[in-house]
Amino acid sequence: MKPPRFDYFAPQSSAEALAALAEEGGEAFILAGGQSLLPLLTMRLARPRLLIDIMRIEEWREIRLEGGAIRIGAGVRQAELESFPGLARHQPLLALALPFVGHPQTRSRGTVCGSIAFADPSAELPLALLALEGQVHLRSRQRARSLAAADFFTGTMASARAEDEVIEAVSFPVAGEGCGYAFREVTRRGGDFAIAAFAAFVDERSARLGVGGVADRPFLRFMPRPGTKDLDEALDAFAFDLEAREDLHASARYRRELVRRLGRLALEEAERCRA
Amino acid sequence: MEAKKVEDKSPWLGRSIGRLEDKALLLGRGRFIDDLGAPPGTLEAAILRSPHAHARIDRIETARARALPGVTAVLTGKDIEALTAPLLGVLKAAAHSFPIAIDRVLYVGEPVAIALATDRYIAEDALDLIEVVYEALPPVIDPRAALLADAPLLHPGLASNLVSDRSFRYGDPESAFAQAAFRVAIDTRYPRNAATPIETYGVLADYDPGADAYDVLSNFQGPFSLHPVIAKALKVPGNRLRLRSPPDCGGSFGVKEGVFPYIVLIAAAARAAGRTVKWIEDRLEHLAASSCATGRLTHLEAAVTGEGRILALDWDQIEDVGATLRAPEPATLYRMHANMTGAYDIRHLKIRNRVVLTNKMPSGLNRGFGGPQVYFPLERLMQRIARKLGLDPLAVIRRNLIAKEAFPYRTATGGFLDSGDYQGAVAAALEEGGIEELYRRREEARAEGRLYGIGFAAVVEPSVSNMGYITTVLTAEERRRAGQKSGAQATATVAIDPLGALTVKVASVPQGQGHRTVLSQIVADIFGLEPEAVSVRADLDTAKDGWSIASGNYSSRFAPAVAGAAFLAASRLRARLQRIAASQLNVAADEIVFAEGRVSARGNPENALSFSRLAASPHWAPQSLPQGEESALSETVFWTPPQLAPPNDKDEINSSLCYGFIFDICALEVDRVTGELRIDRYVSMHDCGPLLHPAMVAGQVNGGFAHGLGAALFEEQVYDGEGNLLTGTFADYLIPTVKEVPAPMVLHRHTPSPLTPLGAKGVGEGNAMSTPVTIANAAADALGLDEVTLPLQPSTLAPRLYGPERRRKEKTLARGRDAVRE
Amino acid sequence: MPRLNGERRHRIAFTLDGKPVSGEAEPRLLLSDFLRHVIGETGTHVGCEQGICGACTVEIDGRPSRSCLTLAVQVEGAEIRTVAGLAAGPETLCVLQEAFRARHGLQCGFCTGGILVSLNALFRDKPEASEAEIREVLSGHLCRCTGYVSIMEAALAAQKRLSGKTHA
Ligand SMILES: Cc1cc2nc3c(=O)[nH]c(=O)nc-3n(C[C@@H](O)[C@H](O)[C@H](O)COP(=O)(O)OP(=O)(O)OC[C@H]3O[C@@H](n4cnc5c(N)ncnc54)[C@H](O)[C@@H]3O)c2cc1C
Ligand code: FES
Ligand code: FES
Repeated sequence: MKPPRFDYFAPQSSAEALAALAEEGGEAFILAGGQSLLPLLTMRLARPRLLIDIMRIEEWREIRLEGGAIRIGAGVRQAELESFPGLARHQPLLALALPFVGHPQTRSRGTVCGSIAFADPSAELPLALLALEGQVHLRSRQRARSLAAADFFTGTMASARAEDEVIEAVSFPVAGEGCGYAFREVTRRGGDFAIAAFAAFVDERSARLGVGGVADRPFLRFMPRPGTKDLDEALDAFAFDLEAREDLHASARYRRELVRRLGRLALEEAERCRA
Repeated sequence: MEAKKVEDKSPWLGRSIGRLEDKALLLGRGRFIDDLGAPPGTLEAAILRSPHAHARIDRIETARARALPGVTAVLTGKDIEALTAPLLGVLKAAAHSFPIAIDRVLYVGEPVAIALATDRYIAEDALDLIEVVYEALPPVIDPRAALLADAPLLHPGLASNLVSDRSFRYGDPESAFAQAAFRVAIDTRYPRNAATPIETYGVLADYDPGADAYDVLSNFQGPFSLHPVIAKALKVPGNRLRLRSPPDCGGSFGVKEGVFPYIVLIAAAARAAGRTVKWIEDRLEHLAASSCATGRLTHLEAAVTGEGRILALDWDQIEDVGATLRAPEPATLYRMHANMTGAYDIRHLKIRNRVVLTNKMPSGLNRGFGGPQVYFPLERLMQRIARKLGLDPLAVIRRNLIAKEAFPYRTATGGFLDSGDYQGAVAAALEEGGIEELYRRREEARAEGRLYGIGFAAVVEPSVSNMGYITTVLTAEERRRAGQKSGAQATATVAIDPLGALTVKVASVPQGQGHRTVLSQIVADIFGLEPEAVSVRADLDTAKDGWSIASGNYSSRFAPAVAGAAFLAASRLRARLQRIAASQLNVAADEIVFAEGRVSARGNPENALSFSRLAASPHWAPQSLPQGEESALSETVFWTPPQLAPPNDKDEINSSLCYGFIFDICALEVDRVTGELRIDRYVSMHDCGPLLHPAMVAGQVNGGFAHGLGAALFEEQVYDGEGNLLTGTFADYLIPTVKEVPAPMVLHRHTPSPLTPLGAKGVGEGNAMSTPVTIANAAADALGLDEVTLPLQPSTLAPRLYGPERRRKEKTLARGRDAVRE
Repeated sequence: MPRLNGERRHRIAFTLDGKPVSGEAEPRLLLSDFLRHVIGETGTHVGCEQGICGACTVEIDGRPSRSCLTLAVQVEGAEIRTVAGLAAGPETLCVLQEAFRARHGLQCGFCTGGILVSLNALFRDKPEASEAEIREVLSGHLCRCTGYVSIMEAALAAQKRLSGKTHA
């Protein structure tokens, strides 16, 4: 299990990184924390000509609170976000979801933006970003644009990111007054990717449920408030609409049941937290 | 209690002293196979493996790979075939088996070509450049399908995929079934799983054309009965195959037996290349093509009285060994032959054993070896009998256990259960394990609508395999022709150096079981020394050390056999030193005592010598030895127990030397929402005789429990219908982590074996046998299940947990933002 | 750093267990292989090369990380600590190692180095870590021998002895 050959470039500035990415076309891969890319390389499932290591670019290494959002740069590791002062206050859902991402020994290197870029349908951070209706900030040599999370994820490990674009940052809205959050997931073992994961967000006006691990990407839906009588039916509809996948670790039926049951518990828990 | 006695007599044995092995390991200074340097010019191997479960190889194009800078050679099956002979097997039907595919591949992962290069990275680059043209053939994955008349044949030389079909009959099962009030049957499937040590296989091989001899370093664990198989495959006499093991080995649990075909492959590659070749298996290779447990389909029926007394058993076992029958298979199917009635007094039985080939990785040794496959149906059946007859499952177990007075007990199939008090152990386990409290918890939980269950299993744990048991697969006539096999030689040498220090050598090859520590304790006690003063070598060099075919670390033979042999060797050496000391101290030999580094006359501590001075004297002044005394420089013992006879004409076989006992209780709860299993309490009662080192016994039990729990809940080598391996990485082949493994409550009785020098019995495999079925029984109790399939995935419990799913009104999913904003 | 050609080896320098080291590496060389086969630091083991087993865990700039999921070129200038850097003296076990010996927290010892690296960092950064937090950290390591019971015991014993004391 040894990677094929590639060139390596670790620029200090974003301009150099973007230029290199533009020049190589699809042959260059961004290397962030490497926690998803390295396994692909050692199994020779990816054969880039060049790896552009973005972790030495200072301008991308920051976590900033701006305009009602937490903006997390491309070079921010998951562990750094976990220990960001006041995270649980600024955005409880992020603080709840992060410990489910792999292990401390992978969060130490893996980045937040790398997880978004990888767009694994079972990953926690894409689910959290979607559930909070966050933004993905993309930049290429030519242009910069921001996409809503719902527009970014397009399928299993597929996104709206163009080949020459880097996720420069992602931003998660900060928690508002009177909001409640909950995060639940089922895995085969602690630290595994989720069979099904739930991010619930309840405020004064509405309740939302994000579901990961069930479909080809995370999905978010407005739900009746916990305690109202339509909830069961709405969960049931959501469970079917997701067209749950079936794999070695879980049947589609089981995933649907988790949407119905754990989805409800997550919403109820968020409602309780709000109070 | 016996453990007490050992402790009283002996200052070191029986105590959990710090292990001699640990300091280097903790400092990061272990010497595992990939830590030992290789000679200059060593080539590293990478192996190209089959992506097909069954295919003909039409052509292999290696020119581009060979042209890659850094690549020395690319070898295919034809190149290896030219240098080797087929791997010998137990049955003729082992067929024309080589460690690499010659013209057909039979499972995904089977070696197809080897690239040798200056480093592993380049060797893997070379694999990318090899082009293989396959012609796919229909695979057969399901063992029952493999038995069908029109099934694709794996080995065209064989008439069918059924390579062995034997029926056995003991007592009078037909009458017992005719008389019985009830007949209770069960069908089970035991999954193919693997113990997956964290260190993978490694081989470093060299060929000396001058002597026509191979020198191989490998983390092979034995049995060394495979040494002749390797030598024959390499076409050299046994004395031209030097097989060595590294000082440290990163776990095995049986699995590192399966490195032997790779030893042949890499050694032949070294010969072909004219250079030393090194191969360190990677995890993908390990999961696809090392070795795993057999899968087993069992139909088991019991003839039962109204009170739940079992009169007879009728076993029908189908063993899925994968693509080839590799030595020592079909041993998995026969290792339990002596104890096919478990812990129960059952006099009549029928057994039909079939061995079938399928397009999957070949099976081999794996912790529990045959035990999990037998106890899963047997102990599930006990619970089924209770359910069917409306009895308490515990009562059914107790009603059938062999009585204490019946020991030593001769089983219907010829086993000689050396010792035990099963009823006593069960009673103690229930009491100390708090069964009443668990019943109460179950009652409360159920009253609240929760799913709580309790399961039991009683298991006889065999240890020290009889080298002859495997031949039970042959008919008596075939056995006579092939030559009878028996015994279980254990070897130990205790030697003295010129400064009077002791070295112990055993042919054992540990993988973390602390052999060096225990042997140092034994020998230190005998000579009145500190364990640190004794040096122990447990690695093996077949060119220099004493060994025999039973050598190696398997069938839990260390404590009962190997440690016993060391005890005997040290005792003999001590007797000689006593005589030498007697002449120097002018007292009778039996007056000589060894204590605290000194040798003295009993009752007269003044009349003494230092131990090292006495021990060194035969080196320095052999002339001064007493008349008739040979030099006392070393003592080697080959020990084999006389109880291990070959199978007799009635196919009775005592397949193991000693038989420990285990009784397990599992209480668990199934989460109504998620179906996840949470173990509330796990109690494991062991009677493995006296404990030589209690902490190590605890380690074996805890480790075996974790393997058993993995088998119960997570682990299976899953193939799809086309024979693709779905569990080819550690992300899919799931091993329990610290979060999944609770600490079991471990209890002990200490009935010594009268047949082993130290009274000890094996303990390392028991929970691999007892735990999967105990958990399954608990889950069945919680959910009211009749059928339990391992591994118990929450997902598969869904229908039971949630009832039928209502179909919804038809509606399609609108993807994207609209769905989100609905 | 300029773009490094994948066909060639390049000099990499970093701090290993407090001492400067350097060696040559192609860009694709894994840190685990660099440590083991270029530097000769064989206490760092390899069990899966996929980030799952944890045997290869080393500290990179203060955080336990998988050396099999890191390229040697990525750690240019970094501080690396391996199991070999934990000892109290050249041949003296530190408190954590001593606890593993006393509580029989290892059998084959293959997984042990990575576990010690993770626990060392945990107890240094969070001396009061709860049992659940210790479990969380240990769940990033697979051990096939011990069933984890003695590993947990050793970890708790070490933590107890370390609390109040300063630590590497
Ligand atoms: C044992 C183990 C368990 C894990 N468990 C989980 C889990 O439970 N849940 C979970 O969500 N994840 C899990 N992961 C994956 C997680 O750790 C990764 O960190 C994450 O998916 C990718 O982040 P990274 O920074 O490591 O990205 P990399 O591996 O460096 O990159 C991943 C991909 O994204 C691209 N990329 C990275 N950053 C950018 C960027 N800024 N812009 C554009 N493209 C970019 C890369 O080119 C690459 O294709 C696990 C990993 C391991 C090894
Ligand atoms: S070798 Fe790195 S985690 Fe297994
Ligand atoms: S001690 Fe052997 S794997 Fe942990």
